[in-house]
Amino acid sequence: MSAPARVRRPTRSEVEDLLFAEAELLDAWDLDTWLTLYTSDSRYVVPATDVPDGDPTTDLVLIDDDRLRMTLRVERLNSRKAHREYPHSKCRHLVTNVRVGEPDGDEIPVRASFIVWRTRNGKDSTWVGGYTYRLVERDGALRIRSKRVELDMSSLRPANDVAVIL
Amino acid sequence: MTVLDGLVGTGSRLVVEEPERFRVHRDSMMSPEILAEEHAKIFEHNWLYVGHESEIANPGDYVRRRVGGRPVFMVRGAKSGKVNVFHNSCTHRGAVVCRQDRGNAKVFQCFYHAWTFDSEGTLSGVPDREAYGGTLDWEGLALRSVARVESYRGFVFCCYDPEVVGLVEYLAGAKDYLDLIIDAAPADMEIVRGTNEYGMDANWKLLVENSIDGYHAVSTHDTYFKYLVALGTDLSVGVTGTAHDLGNGHAVLEYEAPWGRPVAKWEPLFGEDAKASVDGLRAGLVERFGEERAHRMADLNRNMLIYPNLIVNDIMALTVRTFVPTAPDHMEVTAWEMAPREEQPDVRQRRLDSFLTFLGPGGFATPDDIEALESCQQGFTSGGVEWNDISRGMTREPRANDEAQMRAFWRRWRADMDRVDRTVNP
Ligand code: FES
Ligand SMILES: [Fe+2]
Repeated sequence: MSAPARVRRPTRSEVEDLLFAEAELLDAWDLDTWLTLYTSDSRYVVPATDVPDGDPTTDLVLIDDDRLRMTLRVERLNSRKAHREYPHSKCRHLVTNVRVGEPDGDEIPVRASFIVWRTRNGKDSTWVGGYTYRLVERDGALRIRSKRVELDMSSLRPANDVAVIL
Repeated sequence: MTVLDGLVGTGSRLVVEEPERFRVHRDSMMSPEILAEEHAKIFEHNWLYVGHESEIANPGDYVRRRVGGRPVFMVRGAKSGKVNVFHNSCTHRGAVVCRQDRGNAKVFQCFYHAWTFDSEGTLSGVPDREAYGGTLDWEGLALRSVARVESYRGFVFCCYDPEVVGLVEYLAGAKDYLDLIIDAAPADMEIVRGTNEYGMDANWKLLVENSIDGYHAVSTHDTYFKYLVALGTDLSVGVTGTAHDLGNGHAVLEYEAPWGRPVAKWEPLFGEDAKASVDGLRAGLVERFGEERAHRMADLNRNMLIYPNLIVNDIMALTVRTFVPTAPDHMEVTAWEMAPREEQPDVRQRRLDSFLTFLGPGGFATPDDIEALESCQQGFTSGGVEWNDISRGMTREPRANDEAQMRAFWRRWRADMDRVDRTVNP
């Protein structure tokens, strides 16, 4: 098998368009459309707060979704039986400090900082940390193959849980 | 507050048992006075879980913990090899001596005036010691160990009360269940790297109840069961079993459940690749323990409370969970996953998956438990309703979806809170 062709490095604003679109879809709870930003072999991982470099095959993490589990997570969050998120919170994803790396094979590594703010039932909570994405080009558009969310918080305690998609 | 003037007999005033009815007063979950009394009468006098020996395998390994709300640290002594649990406070003027969550250290140096202690707690260095003119009480100024420290099969507990009964006697019937769970592993058990540190805006006793509550599963965890079904689990087995009072406030549910168990029960969700290894584990259990005990180990689930605040749930994964109240309506939860050392990678992967999808605060079930407990706490503040009802199954042999296990907890809580020879810290 020959190495996949190296891809063009997208501009920062092209990448920002994708990340901002994702943030907008998550804030709008349009999770079905959100899924379409991801490839069929995608992965969404949130390591534990005490092991930010955690590897989901050997370490306990908070979230380790392949595409199938991402789909089932969306199904759960769309239902009225996801009690923690029914009714849905008001969320605001702020994405900033976007850095686009050198393409690595067919993947473009991207780093960004984020704050997700959730308010629900009289309580505000925030998650803060860094995103690491691996993007690929599919039919002329940028798509997300993986998203890793490393939390800066020393524990999840101020937010209690991570029931929303970060 | 009518029920609460004075501290005598608080337990009996808040927990009322009649032949067919068991009630708990909601003041027990809302009042700051009760929380202070719980600290003085429960957390100061019972064995509390600190951590697992596998977390400090090597000499000098340490972990920092909050146990019963107090900062302590557990370190394996470099000379003795034994597990020490120290109050995390410098004997000079008080600063926290261990300031990292985990690591390995030859010495612990207090940053304030640079006194140094070794992993056995011995004071080993004092800058400008000449200033004391040879009168420094080196021995008396060693790090202070928590009054009692003992471990059972790797589970390390401590107690702030030197008079407490020995750990094995305290564990009572819970000891046999710990044995069953630990024996089922083909090798030693270890705590997996990665901690779930989350919180809930609810009284800590609500999590005691919830952790051993078989009745809420169907209604609260609908989306988790749908997830299992989508991946091929057959739910028709249901959740059938029994509840046992294990003495001293400990209790357990033991029941058959539909999901796979990495211990030795394969199911489609694990994938065909893992079938051979899981079946092999089962054959090993039968060989070592015979059909009947192997069946319990492999097929039955256990949700166990070790009073007052340790939960060992041997379900679709093995969880060790403890929690401490920081306010009447808030608790900090810490949960770890336990697994056999040198587990087959594919089985370990299934175990990790099972843990985070059901038990983790980012999974498909725990967030809904958090919502349920916070919802109860909010409901309490409405007033108008004084008592919680915990009578389910009182008139029959208790089943796994009854409330006998909660009554076991509350009876011990009542007895502890009724004691008059324990003073409340100001
Ligand atoms: S307080 Fe620790 S050395 Fe002074
Ligand atoms: Fe639950």
